[in-house]
Amino acid sequence: MTSYTATVTVRLKSGVLDPEAETTQRALERLGFELDDLRSMDTFEIDLDAESAEDARERVTEMTERLLANPTLHDYEVQLDER
Amino acid sequence: MTVAVIRFGGSNCDRDTVRALDHLGIDAELVWHEDGLSENVSGIVLPGGFSYGDYLRAGAMAAQSPIMDEVRAATEEGTPLLGICNGAQIGCESSLTPGAFTTNESARFQCEHVYLRVENADTRWTEQYEEGEVVELPIAHGEGRFEIADERLERLEADDRILFRYCDEDGAVTDTANPNGSKHNVAAVTGERDTVAVMMPHPERVTLPDIGSTDGQGVLTGFAE
Repeated sequence: MTSYTATVTVRLKSGVLDPEAETTQRALERLGFELDDLRSMDTFEIDLDAESAEDARERVTEMTERLLANPTLHDYEVQLDER
Repeated sequence: MTVAVIRFGGSNCDRDTVRALDHLGIDAELVWHEDGLSENVSGIVLPGGFSYGDYLRAGAMAAQSPIMDEVRAATEEGTPLLGICNGAQIGCESSLTPGAFTTNESARFQCEHVYLRVENADTRWTEQYEEGEVVELPIAHGEGRFEIADERLERLEADDRILFRYCDEDGAVTDTANPNGSKHNVAAVTGERDTVAVMMPHPERVTLPDIGSTDGQGVLTGFAE
């Protein structure tokens, strides 16, 4: 068994409105900062032990598709590191 | 036979819904989600509230409760189900109904009365109304913006699965009358069977005559046997 940390990034699909990001961007601009765009996303770090990187990735992908991301709204990426 | 109003941790419109159903002469009872559904369930309500603090996404946690497998099995046998507000979010998160309800365009919690146009008066939830009729119901949500891929929405519309759209007082479906930025002003949608429906506005809050308007009675009458 190997110990892994999977980093799952869940973000809105392009084209899906992100009112929280827009509000955050406006607040930064109100503070006097200049920026072109701002996107927000959720990151989850999952520690797990697995037989192989493939096994770990498969399990984390299933966790993401069943709960962490909503396929109607989100795209996601899984990055895997040995811990 | 009784309508099960399923209470999750953080549901808060559950008792209102039982009371509204009682007023209409429809037998209803609260069911704690861990207790499961009983055999003699004639209908199911997923009530409003803030189940599990809206953690992750509104409705995401309640959608994972084991009772939802029983709920799905019951709806597949034709048991009527209505998801209201947080219940609508739970319905979409558990794929009983299509799309998702997500952050309002305003990024704010909105608590106000809205007008809805009846789009399809040929379901148990809407047969008390006329197609095109305008009703006034309250909303109270921060995550009520209906989101779905354009081609899926077109299919829902072609299949007449939109029950209500946000409109103005005269029934015009406009951007100004859209309180939360929902695609095509969708406020209520059915599952694959039209016995399953979810809606962000609250019919149970405009059912008891003591409160004033009773525009919501028609929806809840959908549970009458």
